[in-house]
Amino acid sequence: MTLSTLEQTDIQALLDRIAALENRLASLEAAPAQTIEDRVAMVVFSGDLDKTIAALIIATGAAAMGLEVSMFFTFWGLSVVKKQKLFTGKNPLEQGFTAMLPGSLGQLGLSQMNFFGAGAKIIRKLMRDRNVSSPEELLALARELGVRMVVCDMSRELLGIHDSELIDGLETGGVATFLGDAARAKVTLFI
Amino acid sequence: MDTAYDQTLDVKGAKCPLPLVKSRKAIGELAVGQVLRVVATDRGSVADFQGWAKTAKNVELISQETGQEAGQDLYIHYLRRTS
Repeated sequence: MTLSTLEQTDIQALLDRIAALENRLASLEAAPAQTIEDRVAMVVFSGDLDKTIAALIIATGAAAMGLEVSMFFTFWGLSVVKKQKLFTGKNPLEQGFTAMLPGSLGQLGLSQMNFFGAGAKIIRKLMRDRNVSSPEELLALARELGVRMVVCDMSRELLGIHDSELIDGLETGGVATFLGDAARAKVTLFI
Repeated sequence: MDTAYDQTLDVKGAKCPLPLVKSRKAIGELAVGQVLRVVATDRGSVADFQGWAKTAKNVELISQETGQEAGQDLYIHYLRRTS
């Protein structure tokens, strides 16, 4: 039995389609779509003590549960990872920011009922009395558990914070560093 | 009623998230298949350990029970390391 011309062109069209689909499949396999991982990505934007405690508890809890955790410190959140205030080598505006902003985690105030620092002291006392880990202990624990900590370089520069004012061993990055982790994360938070 | 276990971890007095963090460390030191018994006083740990077992691939929550000791409630969790 011979194939008519019409059938032959049909077969050729089908073969072409199969070839095109095979090409597409090969290119998809070569670059698989991003998959969701057991990952938590959070932006720590706030420099308030209470919000910082929440962020650190979520981070340590998630890390303990076996999730990969990334924390991105930006804007007021940079105060969380500061270890000291330095005024040398800064212009007057930067010195003003340095004077106004906390110099370390220990100097953060509450977002409500702070009363010029008295509220923060009371919360810390309550945490001690109730045997809740201090923010400093939680931060150390987070690092011990391998939580990735990235400092936003743009806001660091904007606020005139020098690397020597930040705790050691942090990564530096930008928005794509966060999104690179967030795009693969099951949980994303902005605190 | 009595669940067999290989190791006990005392996290009495520890608050969220420490019972979880310490259990995580302790279970990592067990061999696959072994059971960890965690004794906590943190009431939130009951739901916490359920959440952990739901998320983690290497932990199975076998059972949970409550007890009493020196006037305080105890929350006891039995976890098996599965991989």
